[in-house]
Amino acid sequence: MADIDLSSVGKTFAGTPALQDITTRFEDGEFIALLGPSGCGKTTLLRILAGFELPTRGQIRIGGRDMANADTGVMMPPEERNIGFVFQSYALWPHMSVRRNVSYPLEIRRFSKADIATQTDAALAATGLGDYADRMPSDLSGGQRQRVALARCLVSDPCAVLLDEPLANLDVALRASMQGVFADFHKRTGATMVYVTHDQAEAMAMADRIAVMDQGRIQQFDTPQTLYERPKNRFVAEFVGRGAVVPVHGVARRGEELRAQILGTEVAVQTDPEKSRVSHVCLRPENLSIAETGNLRAKVARVTYLGGKYLLETVSECGTRLLAETRAKFDVGAQLGLTITTPWAFSED
Amino acid sequence: MGVSMQMGGSRSEGRLLSAILIVAICLTMAPVLRLFVEGVTDQGAPSLSLMGDVLSKPSTMSALKHSLITAGLGTVLSLVLGAAFAFLVALTDLRAKAALVFCLMIPMMIPPQITALSWTQIMGPSSVLLKTLGIAPPLGAPQPLYSAEGIIVLLGIQHMSIIFLTLRAGLRSIPQEVVEAARVSGAKGLRTWWQVVMPLTLPSLAAGTAITFVTALGNFGIPAMLGIPAGYVTLPTLVYQKLAGMGTTVLAEVSVLAMLIGAVAVIGILLQRFFQSRQKLHLVGATSRPLAIPLGAARLPVELLLWAVVLVILVLPMSGLLATSLVPAYGVALGLDTVTFTAWYEVLFRQPSTSRAFVNSFSLAVGASLVLMVVCLPLAWLMERHKTRLSRLFDSLLDLPYALPGVVLSIAMILLLIKLPFTEATLYGTIWIIFLAYLARFFAVMFRPVQASLKQLDPAMNEAAQSVGASLFRRLRDVILPLSAPAAAAGAILVFLTAFNELTVSALLWSSGTETLGVVIFNLDDSGETAMASALAMTIVLVVMALMAVIQLLSRRFPKGVVPWQT
Repeated sequence: MADIDLSSVGKTFAGTPALQDITTRFEDGEFIALLGPSGCGKTTLLRILAGFELPTRGQIRIGGRDMANADTGVMMPPEERNIGFVFQSYALWPHMSVRRNVSYPLEIRRFSKADIATQTDAALAATGLGDYADRMPSDLSGGQRQRVALARCLVSDPCAVLLDEPLANLDVALRASMQGVFADFHKRTGATMVYVTHDQAEAMAMADRIAVMDQGRIQQFDTPQTLYERPKNRFVAEFVGRGAVVPVHGVARRGEELRAQILGTEVAVQTDPEKSRVSHVCLRPENLSIAETGNLRAKVARVTYLGGKYLLETVSECGTRLLAETRAKFDVGAQLGLTITTPWAFSED
Repeated sequence: MGVSMQMGGSRSEGRLLSAILIVAICLTMAPVLRLFVEGVTDQGAPSLSLMGDVLSKPSTMSALKHSLITAGLGTVLSLVLGAAFAFLVALTDLRAKAALVFCLMIPMMIPPQITALSWTQIMGPSSVLLKTLGIAPPLGAPQPLYSAEGIIVLLGIQHMSIIFLTLRAGLRSIPQEVVEAARVSGAKGLRTWWQVVMPLTLPSLAAGTAITFVTALGNFGIPAMLGIPAGYVTLPTLVYQKLAGMGTTVLAEVSVLAMLIGAVAVIGILLQRFFQSRQKLHLVGATSRPLAIPLGAARLPVELLLWAVVLVILVLPMSGLLATSLVPAYGVALGLDTVTFTAWYEVLFRQPSTSRAFVNSFSLAVGASLVLMVVCLPLAWLMERHKTRLSRLFDSLLDLPYALPGVVLSIAMILLLIKLPFTEATLYGTIWIIFLAYLARFFAVMFRPVQASLKQLDPAMNEAAQSVGASLFRRLRDVILPLSAPAAAAGAILVFLTAFNELTVSALLWSSGTETLGVVIFNLDDSGETAMASALAMTIVLVVMALMAVIQLLSRRFPKGVVPWQT
């Protein structure tokens, strides 16, 4: 069991808060992504989980065991946590061969020679590195190095695997194939995985749940679908997916339906039934359809071809930038009519 | 606890750091502290009166002035020579760079007193070489090197390799793109050098200058051999003369003078630190390929000029030394009828002290390299990870035993070890006192390269090992040691080569049976056996050169960075 419990974890570096009051729980076997812009504290959180940093406040439990507790001063060193860590720089030991890099965790655990050999071979085979076992890390390509790092982390059967932007140094094609490797790895081992990234497509593609972080706090922690369709605040709405956030002027409830004044038109909106008030809506391209009869007039400012469809950046009469998608090509400067269909509304202070 | 809280590292690291730090402080700082105590106490009670007396003496002030003049101008000369060589070797397409670098390293590896000995033998009226060539000044003419200028020139030559090495290391870390970008923008040759390369190398140039100044300030061999005959006294030779005079307060006086040297040295070290901390700012980009700006038609003349300089600073004095060792008596001209190997035979095979000294020096040098490697490697790594106040203080002071003149350090060792605390035993007169003095003196020589290499080590290397469960000991053994081994080997080679022919520390600490090679040469020269002294000095130079050559030849089999003069 490797569920991870954090309660009011905080970290300050030289007086500057990097993490504030993080209380959350990662379930056993979940694939979690920590997503956020650089400097949001996601890597700090990961390093605290690994034990490379000590939290200034709060406590961390992994699999029911106390890992760090700022109040009692309990601190389990990283080497005793049985956690796997995959570094952005891969951190392969340059003086050891691929095989030795992978077998090293087993040597530490004093496995017998035969066990080390079989388990190392299995890990190398699982990551498709069988032919490279006797090479040195410097002779490998970026993708191969990352697979060695993964094999090294997989071989010792850790209770949780932490990954720090492991694909940041790879090219686009390799990223896609490595995402598959990580997903397979997660399916096969069932290990709890915490994956730090600033790339939302990566997080969306792999994670069961995504914690969107900003300014040292978790802004929203939900499934990729919920994050996209039902953002809790302006930051999440703008950071995840394409879209524009526009203010709401006046809300009226008509039976089951909630109608809001947006950009001078009245449209039906969806919102969290538990929230009593809304202040903004998130207009995704899906919420905007182009129609001559559309009562929202806008001018095309930029056209980007996305392959099979176009992304139109339009400016409405009141100066708001809106994003729409279309199969037909429009020219810059063309006048359009837009219709808004049931956007997601939320309350922003 | 406070230590591990900061970094989140394991607590065992904090404990190990404290343990090794205490050992290192005892090794390096204890003698310096003991000397300091001697200077500020009078018969057991704290007193500053003696300090005031010594500092206000005109002889102290004139020695300080002489020290600053010779060390300062000597550094300027080193700077000009070393920088010229470094820029040309690192930036241009000169041929035979490896051979040039090898030859430039030799002056640093030859003990200063041998340098001085060899130069006096080619310059003076009784110069065997000049006599043989028939251009010796008339007898009775003064030896031109017995002067401030002589000291400055020899200090400049002796230490130019320090500037050369630091500057070349700095130049190598300049990304090639930076220079290429300047050339693409239209900057030509000298303009690129002046406007792009120079500003980027200023920090390492300044750092090298500071180290050179400190080393020149503590140099004893050159001002002793050249200054004492001319009555030109510097601080290290003043210390030596005071000791020779002996008196009731001599040790206290000497320690005040030592503190004065130490104070000037610390200012130099602090300056170096300041410049090195500024160096971190730039230097991003690939540095894979070395620069090779074509010199064009100027290449051959430049090469000839550089080799001519090498001839003057290396081959000439060595041939003087060789000539002196081959004549039956000092002052006789060398000719086919006078050449004899008597001195070589006598000193190498007849004198029992020579073989003893070889064994002593060799064991001391090997022992010091090994012990320092074992202490410095974990210490440098732990100090890099846990920056406590004590470790930072130690970091800023650990160059002191190296910067202080050897004579001063040996007095400190005597004070400290003549009577071991809580016992009646003494280490004075045993080889152990020399050994401990070497550990203190060469600590910085070992520590600094290891520290520099560990600063560049990706912290993830260690964290990766931590995350797979490796204990502190395993991490040190399996990850940190192999990754910093090249730097440790480079440090060990430097320690060995400098300790092997060291004189100034052992000069006061030896006794019958514990002579070192440096002591034997000094004693031979002192008792008028210049030919034998030259023969032994020549042997040592040849042994050092042979060792360097072996290391150079094996360099391809070593990992990158093992050979200190190739970093």
